[in-house]
Amino acid sequence: MVPLNWYMLLSAVVFTIGVTGFLMRRNIIIMLMSIELMLNGVNINLVALSHYLQDMRGQILTFFVISVAAAEAAIGLAIIIALFRNKATAHVDEVQEMKG
Amino acid sequence: MKLYLLIPFLPLAAFVINILFGRTLIRDKAHWVSCPTIIGSLVVSVITLIDVINGKIINEDLYTWVVSEKFIVSIGFLIDQLTAVMLIVVTGVGSLIFIYSIGYMHGDKGYYRYFAYLSLFVFFMLMLVMGNNFLVLYLGWEGVGLCSYFLIGFWFEKKSASDAGKKAFITCRFGDFGFALGVILIFLTFGTLHYVPVFDEVKGVAGQTINILGWEVDLITLIALLLFAGAVGKSAQIPLHVWLPDAMEGPTPVSALIHAATMVTAGVFMVARCNPIFNLSEVAMLTVAVIGAVTSLFAATIAIFQNDIKRIIAYSTISHLGMMFAACGVGAYAAGIFHLYTHGFFKALLFLAAGSVIHAAHHNDIQRMGGLKKYQPITYITMLIAALSAGGIPGLAGFFSKDEIIWSTFASGSPVGTLVWILMIAIAFFTPFYSFRMIFLTFHGKFRGTHEEEHHLHESPPVMTIPLMLLAAGALGAGWVGIPTILGGGAHIAHFLEPVLGHPELHGTHAQEFGVMGLSTTIALSGIVIAAILYLIKTYLPLRLAQGFSGIYRVVFNKYYVDELYNLTIVKPGLWIADSFIERFTDAKIIEGIVNGVPRSIGRFAGILRKVQTGITQHYAIIMAAGVFILIVLILW
Amino acid sequence: MLPELFFAYFAVTIVLFSIFVVTARNPVHSVLWMLLLFFHIAGLYLFLNAEFIAAIQIIIYAGAILVLYLFVVFLLNLREELKIYRFIGGWPSGLTFGIALLAVIILSIRSFIAAPPGKYSINLIREETHTKALAKLLYTDYLFPFEIISVILLVAIVGVIVLAKRRLKT
Repeated sequence: MVPLNWYMLLSAVVFTIGVTGFLMRRNIIIMLMSIELMLNGVNINLVALSHYLQDMRGQILTFFVISVAAAEAAIGLAIIIALFRNKATAHVDEVQEMKG
Repeated sequence: MKLYLLIPFLPLAAFVINILFGRTLIRDKAHWVSCPTIIGSLVVSVITLIDVINGKIINEDLYTWVVSEKFIVSIGFLIDQLTAVMLIVVTGVGSLIFIYSIGYMHGDKGYYRYFAYLSLFVFFMLMLVMGNNFLVLYLGWEGVGLCSYFLIGFWFEKKSASDAGKKAFITCRFGDFGFALGVILIFLTFGTLHYVPVFDEVKGVAGQTINILGWEVDLITLIALLLFAGAVGKSAQIPLHVWLPDAMEGPTPVSALIHAATMVTAGVFMVARCNPIFNLSEVAMLTVAVIGAVTSLFAATIAIFQNDIKRIIAYSTISHLGMMFAACGVGAYAAGIFHLYTHGFFKALLFLAAGSVIHAAHHNDIQRMGGLKKYQPITYITMLIAALSAGGIPGLAGFFSKDEIIWSTFASGSPVGTLVWILMIAIAFFTPFYSFRMIFLTFHGKFRGTHEEEHHLHESPPVMTIPLMLLAAGALGAGWVGIPTILGGGAHIAHFLEPVLGHPELHGTHAQEFGVMGLSTTIALSGIVIAAILYLIKTYLPLRLAQGFSGIYRVVFNKYYVDELYNLTIVKPGLWIADSFIERFTDAKIIEGIVNGVPRSIGRFAGILRKVQTGITQHYAIIMAAGVFILIVLILW
Repeated sequence: MLPELFFAYFAVTIVLFSIFVVTARNPVHSVLWMLLLFFHIAGLYLFLNAEFIAAIQIIIYAGAILVLYLFVVFLLNLREELKIYRFIGGWPSGLTFGIALLAVIILSIRSFIAAPPGKYSINLIREETHTKALAKLLYTDYLFPFEIISVILLVAIVGVIVLAKRRLKT
């Protein structure tokens, strides 16, 4: 039997790789994919807990997370298209409208 | 459905619509918004009056306005006999004046603004009379003052008009300060501001004293005097009467509505409303009676020598307000309110007729008028009715109310009552005298202006003359609801108001009542006759008299130098302090230092902070991640 | 011993692929690493007795979302993308915070206390079949959130059309 902690560790590593990717990459598409990585990290945790605690709620939450991820990806990509059309770039550090 | 709510809120709606859309959409159709709403208010007021006659008194809270520990005040309405009468005066006279304004203000570039302010004024006035606690009264009180300021300074391009507006506002401030203190003292004493509990408990605090700077002062007297200070300001009594004549700079319908029929009578209304408080303090009653009577005579004498048609009527208004206070001061509140009601009609009529004259002559100086009867027959007849009514000629509205006051002062039996009565008899001579001096100089004789001016003279349009005629009907017949018992009437209005205002103690026989009535009538008629002699038959006499008594003449003509006195004692030192101390030191050094220093340091600080805002998304995200990191650390430890 | 080995394989590949995803210079490679990653995560779900979740992981993530990403990646100028620097200025601070976050999360795992197990034991799920057990819960206790998800998806559809259609004036 694989201990639960291993799954949690794996989930934490995947999550933080996502966070780090989001914080470091210039390309906005990769940033969105980093967000997907974070969500997947959380999903691993949820499914593992669901299995070990013998409770279906974790999997139901996973189901919801996947649906929201789909919605988020669609909107995020639409925003990228709008950005690309207006600024002709996919690099976030070239878009500095909020610079004070 | 609370139908009565429509009474104040219809005019408020008209104000909101006119002020929002007046400049762009409504413009010269503003009266289509304001006039129907006030006529609607009038209709509802009549329905309410009928309800009240049938015994339906409303006293309810609708909305909790202020809650601050024990200080709980609600917006609530009290509709009793007194309120019902006031509602009829405000909306009835108001409706006619609104309609008249359509003609008078026609083509003015602030047309929509005028109707918006007028509607707002009516709203505040109605709140003032309908409120069921002192704070709603105060709201209306300050609101009408504000609207009065707006409307006096309506033609603000004219310096005299904007100055007059400021003068009215600042002068009233002296009285309102006292009024506010009175309201606060009422709250401190009774723990509530609602009329009913205050008036119920007021007997319990009779005789209590309060220590002010080492003086033991009777609590009730202090409250009553503070409240009366507000009334003195608002109703232009000595020593705060100076603003009302200057307020004539506003449009004439405004003078008719605000400075004759409604706002200035708010003081009388308030004293009558608070009669349970005033009744318990002899000192306060004495003050009210004396100030009222003295003001009345004082203003009546000034009115005799004025040449500005509106100022004559303004002083006449002060004089009549003084009579109302005198009546209240001897306990005859119903007589005071009755006079308020008839005065609303004939004084508004006098003003509107004067407005019609000014509309034709384009100036206010009666010395440059004359013979207008030929050109303006309707104006002449209606103004004549108003003057007869004001002068107290039997049968007209003013007679009954004035007679009621004179009889009440005579029959009150106190020495003060007698003194007041003597003054009233003197006024009974002066009122018809100055009214008819004005009429004779304006309408009779030959025109004394230039030929070109004579060319412009014409009767006013029907939209102005019809309200005149309707008001003339009021000035004729409005008093018939209060015909005294000895003349075969029922004194209905006194009985109607009795549940609110009580019943004055009168000591006198029928014979005495007839005698007093006969005396005042004779004196009034003699006033007219003397005016006719001086200004119709022997027209050289006034000038010779003025030369003969030049000392007295000069003092009275200059309004007893009250304005000059205030100028010297209050305005000049005030300006000096403002100029030398506040402007040079407080403003330049302290205020400017703070005002400029604070934003400068904020700007410097922001200059440092703005470097954080790089505009790069990840930098925000890094800060957010740092926040998450710190949160987790905090939770784990 | 076998399950541990099995898990070790999946864990190592998942971590490696994750790192490839966020570091790959070419976004197309990124997407392809992501695809492999999703398959492995699905395998892990199967290992955890969650067949239905594993199936939608492949159908929705790999089948729908990743394809969408691929479409958008084709909009970019890949040739230029390959030449320029991948990371933002100041990336070391991002890395630092990422590692710090990992440290505190791992520290917090130590204090995790498992709740008592619920009624959905492996045998019960096997009897009822996994999909049915999940569906029963989803359409009874979680019906309201389920409906909300449908609204969220609707909003996403409308939002995407509005965003992609409108040509902003700059």
